Amino acid sequence: MESKTERATIILHSGDMDKVYSALIVGTGALAMGMEASIYFTFWGLERLKKSALEKGPLSRMHMFGLGKWMVQRRMKKANVAALERLLQDFKELGGKIIACEMTMEIMGIKKSDLREELIDQYGAVGAYIQEARNSTVTLFI
Amino acid sequence: MPEITVDVSRPVCPGVEIRIDVCGQTCPVPLVETRKALRRAAPGDIVTVVGTHPASKEEIPMAVKALGLQVLSIEEEGNRWTIRIQR
Repeated sequence: MESKTERATIILHSGDMDKVYSALIVGTGALAMGMEASIYFTFWGLERLKKSALEKGPLSRMHMFGLGKWMVQRRMKKANVAALERLLQDFKELGGKIIACEMTMEIMGIKKSDLREELIDQYGAVGAYIQEARNSTVTLFI
Repeated sequence: MPEITVDVSRPVCPGVEIRIDVCGQTCPVPLVETRKALRRAAPGDIVTVVGTHPASKEEIPMAVKALGLQVLSIEEEGNRWTIRIQR
Protein backbone atom coordinates (compact mmCIF):
# COMPACT_ATOMS: atom_id res chain seq x y z
CA MET A 1 0.00 0.00 0.00
CA GLU A 2 2.86 2.37 -0.77
CA SER A 3 1.55 5.65 -2.03
CA LYS A 4 3.34 8.83 -3.06
CA THR A 5 0.37 11.03 -2.19
CA GLU A 6 0.21 12.17 1.42
CA ARG A 7 -2.62 10.62 3.38
CA ALA A 8 -4.76 11.63 6.38
CA THR A 9 -6.44 8.86 8.40
CA ILE A 10 -9.10 9.76 10.93
CA ILE A 11 -10.77 7.52 13.51
CA LEU A 12 -14.23 8.85 14.27
CA HIS A 13 -15.10 7.24 17.60
CA SER A 14 -17.58 9.89 18.72
CA GLY A 15 -21.08 10.30 17.39
CA ASP A 16 -21.42 13.83 18.78
CA MET A 17 -22.51 16.33 16.19
CA ASP A 18 -19.63 18.77 16.77
CA LYS A 19 -17.04 15.97 16.55
CA VAL A 20 -18.55 14.57 13.36
CA TYR A 21 -18.11 18.11 12.00
CA SER A 22 -14.45 18.08 13.02
CA ALA A 23 -13.83 14.78 11.26
CA LEU A 24 -15.58 15.80 8.05
CA ILE A 25 -14.04 19.28 7.92
CA VAL A 26 -10.52 17.91 8.42
CA GLY A 27 -11.20 15.11 5.95
CA THR A 28 -12.56 17.33 3.18
CA GLY A 29 -9.86 19.91 3.90
CA ALA A 30 -7.14 17.28 3.45
CA LEU A 31 -8.68 16.14 0.15
CA ALA A 32 -9.04 19.74 -1.03
CA MET A 33 -5.36 20.32 -0.33
CA GLY A 34 -4.31 17.38 -2.45
CA MET A 35 -4.05 14.61 0.15
CA GLU A 36 -5.86 11.30 0.26
CA ALA A 37 -8.15 10.83 3.25
CA SER A 38 -9.93 8.02 5.09
CA ILE A 39 -12.39 8.15 7.95
CA TYR A 40 -12.74 5.01 10.05
CA PHE A 41 -16.19 5.06 11.69
CA THR A 42 -16.22 3.13 14.97
CA PHE A 43 -18.33 2.91 18.16
CA TRP A 44 -20.62 5.95 18.50
CA GLY A 45 -19.23 7.32 15.26
CA LEU A 46 -20.63 4.34 13.36
CA GLU A 47 -24.12 5.21 14.62
CA ARG A 48 -23.93 8.28 12.39
CA LEU A 49 -23.62 6.08 9.29
CA LYS A 50 -27.01 4.53 9.95
CA LYS A 51 -29.80 5.67 7.64
CA SER A 52 -30.95 9.27 8.41
CA ALA A 53 -28.69 9.46 11.48
CA LEU A 54 -25.90 11.77 10.31
CA GLU A 55 -27.29 14.95 11.86
CA LYS A 56 -28.81 13.19 14.88
CA GLY A 57 -25.84 13.28 17.26
CA PRO A 58 -25.96 15.31 20.48
CA LEU A 59 -23.59 18.16 21.23
CA SER A 60 -20.48 16.91 23.10
CA ARG A 61 -20.91 19.64 25.74
CA MET A 62 -23.86 21.77 26.81
CA HIS A 63 -26.33 19.60 24.94
CA MET A 64 -28.94 20.44 27.64
CA PHE A 65 -31.56 17.95 26.42
CA GLY A 66 -31.28 19.34 22.93
CA LEU A 67 -31.56 23.02 23.77
CA GLY A 68 -27.80 23.60 23.44
CA LYS A 69 -27.72 21.75 20.14
CA TRP A 70 -30.65 23.78 18.84
CA MET A 71 -28.88 27.02 19.78
CA VAL A 72 -25.59 25.97 18.22
CA GLN A 73 -27.35 24.83 15.03
CA ARG A 74 -29.12 28.16 14.82
CA ARG A 75 -25.80 30.00 15.09
CA MET A 76 -24.22 27.67 12.54
CA LYS A 77 -27.02 28.42 10.10
CA LYS A 78 -26.50 32.14 10.64
CA ALA A 79 -22.76 31.71 9.97
CA ASN A 80 -23.64 29.72 6.81
CA VAL A 81 -21.87 26.55 7.98
CA ALA A 82 -22.41 23.65 5.55
CA ALA A 83 -24.65 20.78 6.64
CA LEU A 84 -22.97 17.50 7.62
CA GLU A 85 -24.66 15.77 4.68
CA ARG A 86 -23.10 18.20 2.23
CA LEU A 87 -19.64 17.73 3.78
CA LEU A 88 -20.06 13.96 3.57
CA GLN A 89 -21.06 14.16 -0.10
CA ASP A 90 -18.08 16.46 -0.79
CA PHE A 91 -15.80 14.02 1.05
CA LYS A 92 -16.96 11.19 -1.21
CA GLU A 93 -16.87 13.29 -4.38
CA LEU A 94 -13.25 14.26 -3.73
CA GLY A 95 -12.30 10.60 -3.34
CA GLY A 96 -12.46 10.21 0.44
CA LYS A 97 -12.65 6.66 1.75
CA ILE A 98 -15.11 5.50 4.41
CA ILE A 99 -14.36 2.44 6.51
CA ALA A 100 -16.96 0.92 8.84
CA CYS A 101 -15.78 -0.96 11.94
CA GLU A 102 -16.99 -4.56 11.83
CA MET A 103 -16.54 -5.16 15.55
CA THR A 104 -18.81 -2.22 16.38
CA MET A 105 -21.40 -3.70 14.03
CA GLU A 106 -21.21 -6.97 15.93
CA ILE A 107 -21.31 -5.41 19.42
CA MET A 108 -24.12 -3.02 18.66
CA GLY A 109 -26.06 -5.44 16.48
CA ILE A 110 -25.80 -3.23 13.40
CA LYS A 111 -26.45 -4.96 10.09
CA LYS A 112 -25.04 -3.77 6.76
CA SER A 113 -28.59 -3.02 5.69
CA ASP A 114 -28.94 -0.60 8.66
CA LEU A 115 -26.05 1.47 7.27
CA ARG A 116 -25.79 3.73 4.24
CA GLU A 117 -23.93 1.03 2.33
CA GLU A 118 -23.54 3.17 -0.79
CA LEU A 119 -21.11 5.42 1.12
CA ILE A 120 -18.96 2.67 2.65
CA ASP A 121 -15.81 1.64 0.77
CA GLN A 122 -14.67 -1.02 3.19
CA TYR A 123 -15.75 -2.98 6.28
CA GLY A 124 -12.67 -3.45 8.40
CA ALA A 125 -11.01 -4.10 11.72
CA VAL A 126 -7.92 -2.67 13.39
CA GLY A 127 -5.68 -4.01 10.65
CA ALA A 128 -7.49 -1.89 8.07
CA TYR A 129 -6.84 1.21 10.17
CA ILE A 130 -3.16 0.38 10.80
CA GLN A 131 -2.55 -0.36 7.11
CA GLU A 132 -3.87 3.11 6.30
CA ALA A 133 -2.28 4.87 9.27
CA ARG A 134 1.23 3.50 8.70
CA ASN A 135 1.30 5.31 5.37
CA SER A 136 -0.31 8.48 6.68
CA THR A 137 1.32 11.78 7.54
CA VAL A 138 -1.74 12.85 9.53
CA THR A 139 -3.73 10.55 11.78
CA LEU A 140 -6.37 11.67 14.29
CA PHE A 141 -8.64 10.10 16.88
CA ILE A 142 -11.85 12.06 17.28
CA MET B 1 -14.63 17.81 -55.52
CA PRO B 2 -13.90 20.40 -52.81
CA GLU B 3 -10.73 19.98 -50.88
CA ILE B 4 -11.19 19.54 -47.16
CA THR B 5 -8.39 20.77 -44.94
CA VAL B 6 -8.14 20.35 -41.21
CA ASP B 7 -5.96 22.75 -39.26
CA VAL B 8 -4.28 20.64 -36.60
CA SER B 9 -1.85 23.35 -35.48
CA ARG B 10 -4.49 24.92 -33.23
CA PRO B 11 -5.87 23.22 -30.14
CA VAL B 12 -9.33 21.78 -30.63
CA CYS B 13 -10.66 23.52 -27.53
CA PRO B 14 -8.79 26.50 -26.11
CA GLY B 15 -8.72 26.96 -22.31
CA VAL B 16 -11.97 28.14 -20.85
CA GLU B 17 -12.53 30.16 -17.72
CA ILE B 18 -14.49 28.50 -14.91
CA ARG B 19 -15.84 30.93 -12.35
CA ILE B 20 -17.05 29.90 -8.90
CA ASP B 21 -18.70 32.16 -6.36
CA VAL B 22 -18.27 31.24 -2.69
CA CYS B 23 -19.15 34.64 -1.23
CA GLY B 24 -20.64 34.29 2.25
CA GLN B 25 -19.49 30.67 2.52
CA THR B 26 -17.32 29.61 5.44
CA CYS B 27 -14.73 26.90 6.19
CA PRO B 28 -14.24 24.45 4.49
CA VAL B 29 -16.59 25.25 1.59
CA PRO B 30 -14.40 27.76 -0.37
CA LEU B 31 -11.46 25.34 -0.29
CA VAL B 32 -13.58 22.32 -1.19
CA GLU B 33 -15.41 24.09 -4.02
CA THR B 34 -12.08 25.29 -5.42
CA ARG B 35 -10.79 21.71 -5.42
CA LYS B 36 -13.97 20.47 -7.09
CA ALA B 37 -13.67 23.14 -9.80
CA LEU B 38 -10.00 22.27 -10.39
CA ARG B 39 -10.95 18.61 -10.80
CA ARG B 40 -13.62 19.50 -13.35
CA ALA B 41 -11.28 21.84 -15.25
CA ALA B 42 -9.05 20.63 -18.05
CA PRO B 43 -5.35 21.50 -18.25
CA GLY B 44 -5.11 24.99 -19.71
CA ASP B 45 -8.35 26.20 -18.18
CA ILE B 46 -8.44 29.05 -15.70
CA VAL B 47 -10.43 28.71 -12.48
CA THR B 48 -11.52 31.98 -10.90
CA VAL B 49 -12.75 31.88 -7.31
CA VAL B 50 -14.58 34.81 -5.74
CA GLY B 51 -15.17 34.73 -1.99
CA THR B 52 -15.28 36.60 1.30
CA HIS B 53 -14.02 34.07 3.89
CA PRO B 54 -10.74 35.63 5.13
CA ALA B 55 -8.78 32.44 5.96
CA SER B 56 -9.61 30.90 2.57
CA LYS B 57 -7.79 33.73 0.80
CA GLU B 58 -4.60 32.41 2.41
CA GLU B 59 -5.47 28.70 2.26
CA ILE B 60 -6.57 28.41 -1.37
CA PRO B 61 -3.12 29.50 -2.66
CA MET B 62 -1.53 26.94 -0.26
CA ALA B 63 -3.75 24.21 -1.71
CA VAL B 64 -2.98 25.32 -5.28
CA LYS B 65 0.75 25.08 -4.55
CA ALA B 66 0.33 21.66 -2.92
CA LEU B 67 -1.49 20.50 -6.05
CA GLY B 68 1.45 21.66 -8.19
CA LEU B 69 -0.60 24.36 -9.92
CA GLN B 70 -0.11 28.09 -10.21
CA VAL B 71 -1.95 31.10 -8.82
CA LEU B 72 -2.14 33.76 -11.54
CA SER B 73 -3.45 36.60 -9.40
CA ILE B 74 -5.04 37.52 -6.08
CA GLU B 75 -7.13 40.68 -5.99
CA GLU B 76 -9.01 42.25 -3.12
CA GLU B 77 -11.82 44.75 -3.09
CA GLY B 78 -13.25 45.51 0.32
CA ASN B 79 -13.82 42.14 1.99
CA ARG B 80 -14.21 40.35 -1.35
CA TRP B 81 -11.25 38.55 -2.90
CA THR B 82 -10.72 37.04 -6.34
CA ILE B 83 -8.15 34.30 -6.95
CA ARG B 84 -7.30 33.18 -10.49
CA ILE B 85 -5.73 29.73 -10.87
CA GLN B 86 -4.10 28.15 -13.91
CA ARG B 87 -5.15 24.53 -14.24
